Amino acid sequence: MSSSKLDPVARRPLPSQVVKDDESALVAAAKAGDISAFETLVGRYERKIFRLTQNREDAEDAMQEAFLKAYEHLQSFEGNSRFYTWLVRIAVNQALMKLRKRRPNVVSLDEEVNTGEDMVPREVEDWGPSPADRYAQTELSEILTKVIGDLDPPFRIVFQLRDIEELSTEETAEALGLSVPAVKSRLLRARLKLRQTLNQYFRRGENK
Amino acid sequence: MKCKTIITELADYLDEALDPILRASIEEHLGKCKDCRIVVDTCKQTIEIFCNSEPAPLPQTTRLRLHEALAKRLRRVRA
Repeated sequence: MSSSKLDPVARRPLPSQVVKDDESALVAAAKAGDISAFETLVGRYERKIFRLTQNREDAEDAMQEAFLKAYEHLQSFEGNSRFYTWLVRIAVNQALMKLRKRRPNVVSLDEEVNTGEDMVPREVEDWGPSPADRYAQTELSEILTKVIGDLDPPFRIVFQLRDIEELSTEETAEALGLSVPAVKSRLLRARLKLRQTLNQYFRRGENK
Repeated sequence: MKCKTIITELADYLDEALDPILRASIEEHLGKCKDCRIVVDTCKQTIEIFCNSEPAPLPQTTRLRLHEALAKRLRRVRA
């Protein structure tokens, strides 16, 4: 890297943004009782919602209940946010409820997070350009699933909502019942931890 | 500016949520400190790799069970 200035994080448009045009029509049709419209919405988001709830023991149940709950409460969706954001909130609540029931002492989303000296990375190695291209799609997908699965739930969920599902900091805070500073400190920890774990796969000279 | 400050401001820096003065002093530091530059760049790549990754298809049985559960509930609502 020759310049100290970085380009903004390159994100491709979310499917929910690309297809937003017909989304409100589908939601309206589903609200009016058109079951196939709701099934189209489920088909559109099932992979993303499953990704959000996976890495947990009750992933499949959480996903199912999220879609069922969404259908049940569809009339209360007023369209103030994207349908997808609303759905993500429901899925997160279902997943957290299951996780808390199973492991009540492990999951505390609101404990203090230290953002001190220990966060300065010790291992600093360059990755070179397009490190992900060194892996085949399935292999990359397995790596990403594994490294994100190794994150503690309070950090993983914030990273998933903010950086994968691309909710805003405020939306993430609202969905998780956290303050904005708490979301930011968890996000920072999660990003640094993932960066450090990915080092072993992406550092320069790590050839497949 | 210390390397520790770069780390504490990293999330807001990558999200372009810093005021211009702080942003400029971070960029000045990045121009001089190779380690921080690498950390910032690889952290940015971490976000890009995750947010650009396709979610894996649902396992067939999972998908089937989801749509069966939906069909059952939807039929009940309609009845």
